[in-house]
Amino acid sequence: MPSPVLSADTDLAAAFADLRRRTGGYPAWLGGLRERAFARFQELGFPTSADESWKHTNVAPIARIPWEPVPSDPDAARPLPVSVRRGDAAGVQLGFSNGRWSRALSSAPADFAGIDVLPIADVLRDHPEWLEPHFGRHAAWEKNPFTAWNTALAEDGAFIRVSRGAASGPIHLLFLSEGTGAPTVAHPRNLILLESGAQATVVETYVGEGTTLTNAVTEISVGDGAFLDHAKIQRESPDAFHVQSIAVTSQRSSQFTSSSASFGGSIARTDIGVLFAGEGGDCTLNGLFVGEGSALLDTHTTVDHATPHCTSRQVYKGILDGRSRGVFHGTVLVRKDAQKTDAIQSNKNLLLSRDALVHSTPALEIFADDVKCKHGSTIGQLDAAALFYLRSRGIGEQEARALLTWAFASDVVARFKPQIVREEVERALSTRLPGRPR
Amino acid sequence: MTEHSSSPLLQIENLHASVGGNEILRGVNLTVDAGTVHAVMGPNGSGKSTLAHVLAGRPGYEVTAGRVLYKGRDLLAMAPEIRAREGVFLAFQYPVEVPGVSNVYFLKNALNAVRRHRGLPELDAMDLLALTKEKAKLVQIDEELVRRPVNEGFSGGEKKRNEIFQMAVLDPTLAILDETDSGLDIDALRIVASGVNALRTPQRSMIVVTHYQRLLNYIVPDYLHVLVDGQIVRSGGKDLALELEERGYAWLEKEPAPPAPVGAGA
Repeated sequence: MPSPVLSADTDLAAAFADLRRRTGGYPAWLGGLRERAFARFQELGFPTSADESWKHTNVAPIARIPWEPVPSDPDAARPLPVSVRRGDAAGVQLGFSNGRWSRALSSAPADFAGIDVLPIADVLRDHPEWLEPHFGRHAAWEKNPFTAWNTALAEDGAFIRVSRGAASGPIHLLFLSEGTGAPTVAHPRNLILLESGAQATVVETYVGEGTTLTNAVTEISVGDGAFLDHAKIQRESPDAFHVQSIAVTSQRSSQFTSSSASFGGSIARTDIGVLFAGEGGDCTLNGLFVGEGSALLDTHTTVDHATPHCTSRQVYKGILDGRSRGVFHGTVLVRKDAQKTDAIQSNKNLLLSRDALVHSTPALEIFADDVKCKHGSTIGQLDAAALFYLRSRGIGEQEARALLTWAFASDVVARFKPQIVREEVERALSTRLPGRPR
Repeated sequence: MTEHSSSPLLQIENLHASVGGNEILRGVNLTVDAGTVHAVMGPNGSGKSTLAHVLAGRPGYEVTAGRVLYKGRDLLAMAPEIRAREGVFLAFQYPVEVPGVSNVYFLKNALNAVRRHRGLPELDAMDLLALTKEKAKLVQIDEELVRRPVNEGFSGGEKKRNEIFQMAVLDPTLAILDETDSGLDIDALRIVASGVNALRTPQRSMIVVTHYQRLLNYIVPDYLHVLVDGQIVRSGGKDLALELEERGYAWLEKEPAPPAPVGAGA
């Protein structure tokens, strides 16, 4: 039974029918998965405030807009609105324009031994069997309607596979959204596979202009003893909508770090879920969200300690100015057998204006008895005493505010990896803090 | 002793100030000439720190009457940062911790704001390094502390030394030391006081606010004023400090305020 929201949206069903027609060549498992995901999306509809995990994030504006995928050639010559970070000797870049691989935004193909970096459209066409053990198996499309939507309609994104024991240079994924004409939607779908003992750094960057919806899903499998540094920088236009699910399955003794910075959009929501599927895993999630105007920035994290001896560390900081709103919801789930779990979660928020708002909900659910878990959440304003202290030394009020705001963010930004991400986040933060002293 | 032929550096006239609706200062009169050191003593709650904060421009301190002229200009009309750039420096009784901002970065921004205001070229990192090295010696502050976040994790003595270090770097015309001696043991007190003494120049004036006479053994003031219940009830030389040490403040609390302004010219 289609939900009321979606019944009006005939284009969506048409889009799916079109995809089915064009891609009749998919193997049965994938066709079946898409059918089920699409049915699930229609069944769930867009989330409402009655849905606990969307309580503070009203997606009605997304549901109201008749989104259209972009049929045009992603390589159509056009001056790029952003600087393109090319891969160099030490790295490689895959670029996507409105969800489709773009030669213009990509560096030369990777030639790392034991490492595949490919548009996932190519893999869907030529080697769908590479995807079958993972595609749709990490991300919870049964629960999250946006993930279901993506799973049904995704056509392109990045496929990264680092084979056993191999180590890659930085892999940059650039997602450019342009909604200069009609509101456009893209469903990037990324799959990052690290086999045992592999090591990689993957940076996802989302930029764009105009009214766009990016509905991305990144599925990640970190094999036994593998190391992955994953980063996400989201800085789309103030009119952009952004929803992403990052679903990580972490195997025995693997290490996963996430560095995530969000600088706005009309609504920008990131769900990051880490499942410890093997013992001795280690995950570190560091995030910063910086809102101004009427932006809504929402981060949901779930760390599922399903196995013993795993360590998780989370530090999220929010800076909200203007009428912007922040949402942080962090769940640490410690299952019955996950003894010796060591989990710490912290969310600190700084409100720079009277109209800014943040909802912070750290949640521990512990079913084991020999664990070490801690969480904390604070919401505050700039320290008036510190502000006066700085001013009493000659630093102007605006500069003092910028300096203290910068200082608030600095400890989490200092943890960001790799360095290029740290520098880019510092630059983006600098432009948001115009009075920042040099 | 400086001649007071020109206009005084600071003139406080009938200053009344309230905090949270409570009147703390009830008509303070004080004149400070260039190059003089004035001690302000008084019992707890007499308004010493309020006076220091009002002069530095702390928000929340409401001036209800009177005026303050600094270099002949209306000090109270200036924002705190403008006062600082014009040469007013407050050494805090409780220096504030500023996590995430290193001392040296903080000082560079403060000093260059001051220098821009005075029409001087900004200092680059190398110049600043040389300057901070030199000034750090003055108060025997560990150069390691200079690189650390402002006051974060500093001991009480380190915080007070850091205040005087900042004062040395910023080179103020009027330094107000608010209970700089509180919480210091005798060794730390000696270090801080010798730092302050090294900064005494014929151009620089100081107002040293303290509860205890002890500090004045090390920083010998030219004048001493006793603040009781928001008014200066007695002014004199350093002998007055000894008298206070012997007799306490009680005998002064009962005396009426003197009718005329007192100060350097008195």
